[in-house]
Amino acid sequence: MYVAVKGGEAAILATHDLLAERRRGDPAIPELSVAQIREQMGLAVARVMNEGSLFDPDLASLALKQAQGDAIEAAFLLRAFRTTLPRFGASVPLDTAAMHIERRISATYKDLPGGQILGPTYDYTHRLFDFALMANGSRPKPAAEAATRLDTHMPRVPDILGTEGLMEPEVPPPGDPKPADLTREPVAFPVDRDLRLQSMARGDEGFLLGLGYSVQRGFGGNHPFAGEIRMGAVAVEFVPEELGFAVDLGDITLTECQMINQFGGSKDIDPQFTRGYGLAFGHAERKAMSMALVDRALKARELGEAATYPAQQEEFVLYHSDNVEAAGFVEHLKLPHYVDFQGELELIRKIKAERVATAAAAAGTHKEAVE
Amino acid sequence: MNPVNAKSPRQTWMAVLARASRDDLAAIHAAIAVPAHEVLKAPEVGSVMVEGRAGGTGQRFNLGEAAVTRCVVRIDGGVMGHAYALGRDRAKAEIAAVFDAMLQVEPAGGPLHIAIAKLHSAQAAVRERTSRKAAATKVEFFTLVRGE
Repeated sequence: MYVAVKGGEAAILATHDLLAERRRGDPAIPELSVAQIREQMGLAVARVMNEGSLFDPDLASLALKQAQGDAIEAAFLLRAFRTTLPRFGASVPLDTAAMHIERRISATYKDLPGGQILGPTYDYTHRLFDFALMANGSRPKPAAEAATRLDTHMPRVPDILGTEGLMEPEVPPPGDPKPADLTREPVAFPVDRDLRLQSMARGDEGFLLGLGYSVQRGFGGNHPFAGEIRMGAVAVEFVPEELGFAVDLGDITLTECQMINQFGGSKDIDPQFTRGYGLAFGHAERKAMSMALVDRALKARELGEAATYPAQQEEFVLYHSDNVEAAGFVEHLKLPHYVDFQGELELIRKIKAERVATAAAAAGTHKEAVE
Repeated sequence: MNPVNAKSPRQTWMAVLARASRDDLAAIHAAIAVPAHEVLKAPEVGSVMVEGRAGGTGQRFNLGEAAVTRCVVRIDGGVMGHAYALGRDRAKAEIAAVFDAMLQVEPAGGPLHIAIAKLHSAQAAVRERTSRKAAATKVEFFTLVRGE
């Protein structure tokens, strides 16, 4: 039986107004502008762009304002907007070797060509409150400038080992095919690495962080080296059909992580270092590192390793890393289930009544037996 | 493998126009003579799927989309101009498309070429400054010699 229920419109309209009031907070306090969020909450903006799967710092900032800082709600807003955009096509694959480096570190080589560039990082902060930030109006002193700029070309660290034949090569498959796209075609398992990387790039940072951590702790058997982490601006190029040549659309900030993992070799593969790769919009180091850890764990099948742990199982990882889907399914429990519940209620009442009746009948028999 | 070096003059100015702000372009627009134009493809906001490569050099994968605006115009005389840039600024896209058409017909050394060259240097200066700030955070290791 299906029972249509109407009503609640007035309550819903009232909740929109209440939400708007709550979002604004105390009207005596100045309102946040979208530009303030974009400029001063850059790491939150990066997270929303990654999980919302759309590079647009202004819209990601608006999403954060509208969602009262709820990153997943903000990602949802960005995803919903994304579906309204006509897609002009796909970019030329990014060339991260040509990145304008703002940060670049390696845990495997101290003296690597181009050097260790710390950039803007929280790594060496003391995690003590800076109460000066509570008093608005302070201007930080300008950052120091070196006399010369960085080298324009900085080799990627795994490529250095690659020349010795000690590193798993990263070469395109024959024909350099167009990658699979989970926003266009349904996912069918087993999946290839292109889909795994796309899925993780838009996956929840917290979920991937937990899985990456599990791998390090022994639930996956990889404790890799951070071969290189680099962050900076990279040009995006696109070839419009009507022009037939690559047009530079401008720069996007990216964070790239190359993990280097031990691998003892197998029947078909020589002992060598293997790679895990992470790439993210904006400055999103934790995300890129977590993605690289899980990328390597998910290569279990290709490398002939037993996929015993959650981080090595692609169905588990891909089906549960999307926080918009996960939030939708968890939160759908809030929706009216009146009829379903009524059905369950009837059923349990019936079972209970039957048990009571059976028990009473049994007691009656027992009584008769005693008499 | 530096694509910047391989750019044609048109690719170079389109890259400068894509990185310019609407204010930058409006200021140039106000300072020079601009021919009338017809809009062939109205400024349109869409997306481009940004592709990466596993390990930087391997299998292609879809990183995520980026918002992009495009526009096509024809200036008096019949030359078409195209604009493609990250972001959702329609007004900027239309001026950029007009400039792209004008730059194809203006002789080298003309006022628009000069203005765009200036913008190019300003953009390079910002990039240079960012790089010098990063360079100030470069680690200089000292080797400590212990014992004999």
